[in-house]
Amino acid sequence: MTDDLRKGRIVIVGASLAGLRAAETLREEGFTGSLTVVGDEAYPPYDRPPLSKQVLLGQTAPDATGLPIRRDPDAEWRLGVRATGLDPMGKRVLLSDGDPLPFDRLLIATGTRARPWPNPEEAALEGVFTLRTCDDAGGLAARLAAGPRRVLVIGGGFTGSEIASACRERGLEVTVAERGPGPLVGALGGTLSKLAAAMHRGHGVDLRCGVTVTALHGDGGGRFIGADLSDGSRVEADVCVVALGAVRNVEWLADAGLAAGPRGVACDAGCRAFNMYGIVTDDVFVAGDVSRFPHPLFEYQMLSLEHWGNAVAQAEVAAHNMVSPGPLRRPHLAVPMFWSSQFGLNIKSVGVPSFSDQVVIAQGSLEARRLAMVYGYRGRVTAAVTVNMAKSLEYYQHLIETAAPFPPAPGAADRPMAAEIPVPSDVPDPKGLSHGPTVALTGYLPDRRLTVVQH
Amino acid sequence: MTEDTLLERITDYANRPDPYPLYAELREAGPVVRQADGSYLVGTYHEIAALLHDPRISADPRSRPASAGDLYEEGAQPPFLRLDDPEHHRLRTLAMRPFGPPHSPGRVDAMRGQIADITRELLQGFRDREQIDIVDDFAYPLPVTVICRLLGVPREDEPLFREWSDVLVAGADVKPGEDTTERNQATQQARAEMGRYLLDLAERRRTHPSDDLLSAFVNEPDPALRLTREELAQTAVLLLIAGHETTVNLITNGVLTLLRQPDQLDRLRREPGLLPSAVEELLRYEPPVHMRERIPLADIGLAGTTLPTGSTVVLALASGNRDPKRFHDPDRFEPARPDNQHLGFGSGIHLCYGGPLARIEAQTALGALIPLLGTAALVQDPPPLPAERHAPRPPPPPPRRDQ
Repeated sequence: MTDDLRKGRIVIVGASLAGLRAAETLREEGFTGSLTVVGDEAYPPYDRPPLSKQVLLGQTAPDATGLPIRRDPDAEWRLGVRATGLDPMGKRVLLSDGDPLPFDRLLIATGTRARPWPNPEEAALEGVFTLRTCDDAGGLAARLAAGPRRVLVIGGGFTGSEIASACRERGLEVTVAERGPGPLVGALGGTLSKLAAAMHRGHGVDLRCGVTVTALHGDGGGRFIGADLSDGSRVEADVCVVALGAVRNVEWLADAGLAAGPRGVACDAGCRAFNMYGIVTDDVFVAGDVSRFPHPLFEYQMLSLEHWGNAVAQAEVAAHNMVSPGPLRRPHLAVPMFWSSQFGLNIKSVGVPSFSDQVVIAQGSLEARRLAMVYGYRGRVTAAVTVNMAKSLEYYQHLIETAAPFPPAPGAADRPMAAEIPVPSDVPDPKGLSHGPTVALTGYLPDRRLTVVQH
Repeated sequence: MTEDTLLERITDYANRPDPYPLYAELREAGPVVRQADGSYLVGTYHEIAALLHDPRISADPRSRPASAGDLYEEGAQPPFLRLDDPEHHRLRTLAMRPFGPPHSPGRVDAMRGQIADITRELLQGFRDREQIDIVDDFAYPLPVTVICRLLGVPREDEPLFREWSDVLVAGADVKPGEDTTERNQATQQARAEMGRYLLDLAERRRTHPSDDLLSAFVNEPDPALRLTREELAQTAVLLLIAGHETTVNLITNGVLTLLRQPDQLDRLRREPGLLPSAVEELLRYEPPVHMRERIPLADIGLAGTTLPTGSTVVLALASGNRDPKRFHDPDRFEPARPDNQHLGFGSGIHLCYGGPLARIEAQTALGALIPLLGTAALVQDPPPLPAERHAPRPPPPPPRRDQ
């Protein structure tokens, strides 16, 4: 059986981080069959985190973030080709270009795309950007280098905050409009959101919270010139970056009968996709941003993560399971982890901060801009976020993995008074935020009728 | 021969050439093994890593209940290696400013050329030699020359600071049950003298600045980022000693390991691309630092044992590096080993400050030496230990070239 699994045809749809790592791992694990990787972007796999950082600062060219290849995956690369459908009975992937692609096993790693501005005419104004691809980053970086008078960033999530930080570092005037009470509030909760707001303002960002952008305006030539806000004010700017989170690339799966929806494609802990009846498939696997998977550390809720590290870890597990018989399959149990750098701060997170009811500052202090914030849910440690204290993260990861009691035991040499005082974590309802949350605990929707919703 | 004397046996000079069977005995005895002197010995990878990352564990000897003959007099502050956060972080960050990221990201990498030049000069002296002393002729002078240039210490002062350095390194040796009063006094005196010497050098950099760390430290324009005199003395002593002592051992252990395993030596000669991972494997297989001492600031539960507040906890890093629960086939030297997150540089907040420099030095030194080793063999195996070498200076020992 093992031998059979090492042969045959595997198709990976998605040629970014998860797709590449899965392809490499398949070969590492002894897969000798044919391997095809389909990607709708025309470029070989590249790294996205630098796009909102070094690329916008002009330190790295937008086409210079190619991902290192760990081993040659000996694959046929179909780049610039979009998957348009999946025929589960015929076991074929339909393509925008060319004949359907037959497979024995399929990996879905189509990731996400930037959520566009809802009004297409306004979104088409020259000077209005989203940031997801290297083309986006190249265009935006060129505009920033040309020295616009002001940049409007819509959305104060991680991407919006990093863009604002890069603009300030380039000496550009920036306005950030955030519908929630503060930047990063959806991912990190109330306390760190206040620190984030102070960092924005301390670095000269014109931060507007509790407002939405109601309209984008262009001049007669179709160039963006400013926006109206819901508080009646108006922002005049030459560049607008729409940073409203991500949309999962699942539309191509609409007729595939899979449990695919706006939160992603549901799969089991072994990365096997569920069909719409909740029955696990044998030959369709999912990895990366497009997946939703149950995590036992978080009460088996379905996690949707847009994290670099999750894409790598989950792709490796998916690839292993694609070529391994049942008893040798592995679960994807990695503890979620991500990082951001903005306004001179290194922010790192482990666990799921939004899965919390209380937080406590266990080490350091807000004043020092250096701290470890620990998140608890019903008396257990569920997450930790460090600010300029990344080396502390592993200790808290261990606490999360062992379901250690919250608040954490005293004794840290740099433990502040505040460590005695847990406060509400103050994570708002994601629906109230203008950017999508980076981590979403989506739960199980109690659908009684199963129908495919076309939209 | 019971397990509560393991630390004593491990540190016994007779067992130092090969303590690994004792480490195996230690891991067998359990993750945490209480010693007859009241200390706790930890020899398994995951437990060592957990303690290195635990913010409730102190590196500061003053965290221990006061006892006679302690290494640091009242009021005297240890260097950042033996301090806890936030003070450790403040000093380490200041020391890092002219040395590494984020303020000096290219510094260490830019030294590659210099390191290669120094290595080449040293190796030139090897031509036509029947016998070479790897320590005295190569592994010692290379990192010493490098750290002197980096820090801004005249190379010709080496005999002077070598004396202090030897006393300080001997003072850091773990020897349970020994009366350390006399040794600690000598250590304090050496540290004070070496500190004064380095402060003098630094003072001269105020008027004659150059591109070295001492100049950067004394000429820091922002008063908030400036080290006090005492901090500067402590930091400079730490960097000078830690900046070479461990690298000498790393390079030496590398040569020793390769001479003992000619097939691996051959393999590296054929595949020089393996050198970076071979150096990582060396840091796992024969690390320069075998043990670190820590003190719990609270009662810490670990693998079913409570480490009491104020007790002495000895982390046997070299044992963790050979833990079969972490590393596949751990007693095998495998230069291409994947997933090699060894404890050779420690881990957590005290992760080796000079690790990136040590890596380049070891890679350069071994890379240049390997093609010359030919059919070289050890004169004596195991070679004499540092304590035997340095007491009365040599008899000159290690490798011999057969030709």
